[in-house]
Amino acid sequence: MSRQAGRGTESKKMSSELFTLTYGALVTQLCKDYENDEDVNKQLDKMGYNIGVRLIEDFLARSNVGRCHDFRETADVIAKVAFKMYLGITPSITNWSPAGDEFSLILENNPLVDFVELPDNHSSLIYSNLLCGVLRGALEMVQMAVDVKFVQDTLKGDGVTEIRMKFVKRIEDNLPAGEE
Amino acid sequence: MTRPEMADETLFLLLHNEMVSGLYRAAEHGEGENGRCITKLENMGFRVGQGLIERFTKDTARFKDELDIMKFICKDFWTTVFKKQIDNLRTNHQGIYVLQDNKFRLLTQMSTGKQYLEYAPKYLAFTCGLIRGGLSNLGIKSIVTAEVSAMPACKFQVMIQKM
Repeated sequence: MSRQAGRGTESKKMSSELFTLTYGALVTQLCKDYENDEDVNKQLDKMGYNIGVRLIEDFLARSNVGRCHDFRETADVIAKVAFKMYLGITPSITNWSPAGDEFSLILENNPLVDFVELPDNHSSLIYSNLLCGVLRGALEMVQMAVDVKFVQDTLKGDGVTEIRMKFVKRIEDNLPAGEE
Repeated sequence: MTRPEMADETLFLLLHNEMVSGLYRAAEHGEGENGRCITKLENMGFRVGQGLIERFTKDTARFKDELDIMKFICKDFWTTVFKKQIDNLRTNHQGIYVLQDNKFRLLTQMSTGKQYLEYAPKYLAFTCGLIRGGLSNLGIKSIVTAEVSAMPACKFQVMIQKM
């Protein structure tokens, strides 16, 4: 009987744990497959990119957000809509560069690292690097080239997790001729 | 508010697809043959199954017997992971169980024709591991295999290893 009782409320949490655990298993496997952490980071970024280019379609279909007019608006949509929708968190946006082309996303708690501790011999592993790839891939599909990297990580003893995003350029050339 | 939950699922599906293609991509560029990829996917599933079942059963009543455990896998466990129950559970009462899912979530995004049938096994390995890992943490040692004859339906066969 108690088995039935607990189910409804647990179910939502469980499905996000499925993602967290699966991601953990993936990182573990990659650490076995590659000799150094840099290669693992690279691989995670690449996989993230491939996920991002697909995720953007799902995002646009689901969220109903329109075109962003500037990078600040993009930042808002990423933090308040995208992160909320897929990871259930809303990072804060800070540290804008004076030119308005660079900002930080501060994650108070990062669901990807819920059950994680980094062993000493993986000090240069960027555990959540998949996220950088996802952001880069998704934005590329809406004609924005960005640089994304982790600058702080709670796994490495920092107080918060910080993702730095830098606008590189608008991608113009892959629009078909004659189309605006 | 069902929407965020669905979004979670998208992320898992995309991650799973990318895990499969990422591993095969890496294998093509050098190390290991295809058989190793299946094993790796299975192992990852095993770890996840172990973790999930541990968290999932922490407040549940003790299971009566093996069949009770299998029913739990088919209903609660499957619903959490794949948003539906197993459609049919059969057993020979001698340690073999066949779990049939007529619309398996990880195959529904693929074409249903015969054309891609040969690629189906790599999308099932993770789940075989998931079942095996879950059962293992409930004290049951097993071998799990899968077969697809018409997408997106598939059957998982669980062979209990007596200890």
